[in-house]
Amino acid sequence: MSQPYRINGGLIDREKVLSFTFNKQPFEGYQGDTLASALLANGQRLVGRSFKYHRPRGIFTAGSEEPNALVELRDGAYREANTRATTVELFDGLAAHSQNHRGPLSFDLMAVNDFLHPFLGAGFYYKTFMWPASFWEKVYEPIIRRSAGLGRLSGEADPDTYEKGFRHCDLLIIGGGPAGLAAARFAGRSGARVILVDEERLLGGRLNAETYAVDGEAGAAWAADCADELHALDNVEILTRATVAGVFDHGVYSVVERNTDHLPDAGGRARQTLWRVYAKSAILCAGAAERPIAFGNNDRPGVMLAGAVRAFANRWAVAPGRRVAVFTNNDDGWRCAEDLSAHGVEITAVIDSRDIAPLARIPGALMAMGERVVDTRGRKGVHTITLSNGGVIPADCLAVSGGWSPNVHLTCHHRGRPQWREDIAAFVPGQDLPPGMRVAGAAKGVMRLGDVLADGYCTAMETIETLGFTPPPGEAPRADNESAAVSAFWHVAESRARCWVDLQNDVTVKDITLAEREGFRSVEHLKRYTTLGMATDQGKTGNVLGLAVLAESQGKSIAETGVTIFRPPYTPVPIGAFAGKSRGKEFRPTRVTPSHQWAEEQGAVFVEVGMWLRAQYFPRAGETHWRQSVDREVRSVRGSVGVCDVTTLGKIDIQGRDAAAFLNRVYCNAFAKLPVGKARYGVMLREDGVVMDDGTTARLSKTHFVMTTTTANAVSVFRHMEFCRQCLWPSMDVHLISATEQWAQFAVAGPNARKLLQKVVDPAFDISNDSFPYMACGEMTICGGTPARLFRISFSGELAYEIAVPGRFGESLVRILMEAGAEFNVTPYGTEAVGVMRTEKGHAAGPELNGQTTARDLGLGRMVSKKKDSIGSLLSEREALNREDGFILMGFRPINRENKLSAGAHFIAKTAPATLEHDEGWLSSVAYSPELGHSIGLGFIARGAERIGETVLAVDLVRNQEIEVEIVPPVFVDPEGERLRV
Amino acid sequence: MLINHPLLGPRDVSEFVYLGDASLIDRPDWQAGDAGEQFHDYLYLRDNPAGAHRELWFHEQGDRSWLVVTRHTVTHEILKVELARDVALARGRDK
Repeated sequence: MSQPYRINGGLIDREKVLSFTFNKQPFEGYQGDTLASALLANGQRLVGRSFKYHRPRGIFTAGSEEPNALVELRDGAYREANTRATTVELFDGLAAHSQNHRGPLSFDLMAVNDFLHPFLGAGFYYKTFMWPASFWEKVYEPIIRRSAGLGRLSGEADPDTYEKGFRHCDLLIIGGGPAGLAAARFAGRSGARVILVDEERLLGGRLNAETYAVDGEAGAAWAADCADELHALDNVEILTRATVAGVFDHGVYSVVERNTDHLPDAGGRARQTLWRVYAKSAILCAGAAERPIAFGNNDRPGVMLAGAVRAFANRWAVAPGRRVAVFTNNDDGWRCAEDLSAHGVEITAVIDSRDIAPLARIPGALMAMGERVVDTRGRKGVHTITLSNGGVIPADCLAVSGGWSPNVHLTCHHRGRPQWREDIAAFVPGQDLPPGMRVAGAAKGVMRLGDVLADGYCTAMETIETLGFTPPPGEAPRADNESAAVSAFWHVAESRARCWVDLQNDVTVKDITLAEREGFRSVEHLKRYTTLGMATDQGKTGNVLGLAVLAESQGKSIAETGVTIFRPPYTPVPIGAFAGKSRGKEFRPTRVTPSHQWAEEQGAVFVEVGMWLRAQYFPRAGETHWRQSVDREVRSVRGSVGVCDVTTLGKIDIQGRDAAAFLNRVYCNAFAKLPVGKARYGVMLREDGVVMDDGTTARLSKTHFVMTTTTANAVSVFRHMEFCRQCLWPSMDVHLISATEQWAQFAVAGPNARKLLQKVVDPAFDISNDSFPYMACGEMTICGGTPARLFRISFSGELAYEIAVPGRFGESLVRILMEAGAEFNVTPYGTEAVGVMRTEKGHAAGPELNGQTTARDLGLGRMVSKKKDSIGSLLSEREALNREDGFILMGFRPINRENKLSAGAHFIAKTAPATLEHDEGWLSSVAYSPELGHSIGLGFIARGAERIGETVLAVDLVRNQEIEVEIVPPVFVDPEGERLRV
Repeated sequence: MLINHPLLGPRDVSEFVYLGDASLIDRPDWQAGDAGEQFHDYLYLRDNPAGAHRELWFHEQGDRSWLVVTRHTVTHEILKVELARDVALARGRDK
């Protein structure tokens, strides 16, 4: 298991041999390798199949911009698709698989697509799979999805954990290459709080890939020294293996830190952390990415970017080929030939599109000046290349340099537009940078090392002074300025074979010119139509080339054509990192009531109401259906007494001299004269006259009220009341506080409710019917001194109370009530029984207060006081809300008492068809009434009040049901309300 | 986004709830002759400026202050943050 392509040197640890597998075949590499460098060291050039045509593809770059070498990592639930082999750090036991092929990688059955390419051009699926329309979903799409694509998901829940965190700094430096290090060292010495982020394990950026010297020592060594100095500074935080994914408003940056991706096992640590960094200022030192030149069959394994070829040689001690040719349009490409030649690798030719004198002497290499590569040959990788002069050159690696594009992405996250600079043939950041951001080095278009270091240093000085820190003494790091001249040369026109622009999406020069001819002239349209620049690499290598081809076919300049907008994230972020800990049960808080544990002991079945868990019903031995439990609970309440936890209802404590006047404004009915010691039902409207919420409010003293809201609206009602208090009536002396969790509250309902409570309430307090009548309220003590509040209010229609104690006493209270009520056979009841009893009593609840109904619709129109100003009262008078044929809440019972009503059914006249034009209203709530022995319902029907006794159809098209129902008054049980007052 | 709370300093946007145009403070007089018309305009008519916009934010996960935030709708720059109560008083609202 030798590594035949390994050469001398490099920043790898040859003492640490690592074993890994690719497609189950064992290989070896060294500590410090990436998966890409280890594969190349072993001569594995073919690593994947392309997206659409399933063409053989190899490693194209050496960094996060990689479009081609996408692999699946790890096995089972840990499998991760579409990872870039160039960014995967090798570890012992790593298992990688190639993706997007059927059969073995070397003989992909889907490669037939490549022969069909004349039919699969840009937008082929819009043109080819048009008819019949029904075939799209069932036939065409599944076929396309199977044959085109990327890696496979594990299909299992992600077993890793993820974290989120917050960091703050004066200066965020994005990128730890030469500019970033020069900036960070300067800023760090000034004492400013600095965070330096780099996507790699090792700081240094291109310094680790090149052979330049800085301040008289090797670039990589200088970077390591710099890193050591920064690590020693308390005011500098360094995040490596971390990517700034997005730039957000007001100096907020998202950073994804990969904690354990380089390890065989996360060992219980969070796999990744999504940091939210609050930065007063930032310097973008993201460097530049090399781009290719388009020529015939430029996608074969072995065709690579020149900067990547020498990165593999210099940093990872790997020769990507035995016979390397270089094709360039700029001076930088020559460096590749020089570096590899110095490593003893044979350079067969240097082809420069510019007709200039050779820039260097490369022993044994053909110098083809003013020539182009027009085609390549080789089955699973490049073997020979054909030049424009007809010459055929042997090469198993072709290093291509089409110039460098500054990584301007993060400067565009606030919709900044990059500007074209003709002299370096590249887009540079525009003037409209995100506030607080500066750009330095190659990301700004400063391309030569000496200039880059000085620019990082000067930009940091400027930033530090703006922040008010004193610049430290010292000088900018020095390096020679290499030559970096470039010509704008994009694609080889005389190539007859397909010339690839975007390797990840299989977009060719021809696809772009075709799209242009078909009218997709804007870059944004071109992108959507051809998929140029989409998917995991977002066109980091191919975009500018694609734009150049488009501009050329339109006869425009690249500056006129423009670029597509760059948006976050800069590189792919796992969904798990965005989710953090908010998964499964942790997705949102679970709120439990004080009686929760007791209810669990009783075997309660719980239901989620908002974030709360409430007891739905309490099944007993022998009960096999929830209806049996609920019917029993209802009978027990109506027959003797029951207890229900109502803590979840919103409670708002209202105090102040103007509290009564305030309530009079937020409720549509009168509250100003509510006597102390009394509670009242209140209806709250929105300003447009629609009902917002309802509940009871009790007056404990002249200046002290306690309001209850529905469980669902507790938060929004409180917010609304704070709005009224602060924004509408700022001089009112009134204060609000949410007390929902501070008080545990239980409904005690049924004919024996008073007898039960009299055993609990301290004797000093008289709660007889005379002293404590219906709608009375008061503060008292129970159980020998425990503070409590008692409200004689009823939702069930029975003699009923709600008793509240400070939250910490809630659990004891329910146990005491159950014990005291044993002689009355007290029964715990849940939300289902509450729902049955309120339906029997015609009380509106959630299904009726649906945000579309007015007080009039609910039969409460007369509650809306016209003698005062209150929210919503004026607009509730609008004509359309008061139509004579408007909906009114009514009761409904089936003509055939055996029939079971279903909520959501719509009312249709008996003779009319069940269509929208004949819709007369809907059934909103239904229940089985144990008291009446049949199904009952509440619903809204046009002109309901005049139609009592009429029969209509309740049509439920979803459940395919049609039931004759009679319109009745909405109160089914005790319509006079006598039971409330006994 | 960060909102520079007048009492608490810069706070993350996740602590706040947005309501809408600060003109909601100017609730009309219910006894005005054309109160119906005025309430209609108050409730339904909004300017939609590309530029400075005064809007109401509620510090729900904080001190429960309603704030009037002047935000540039194009750049998201926050130009001014005031307590809504102060704004309401300054605009003549009372009881």
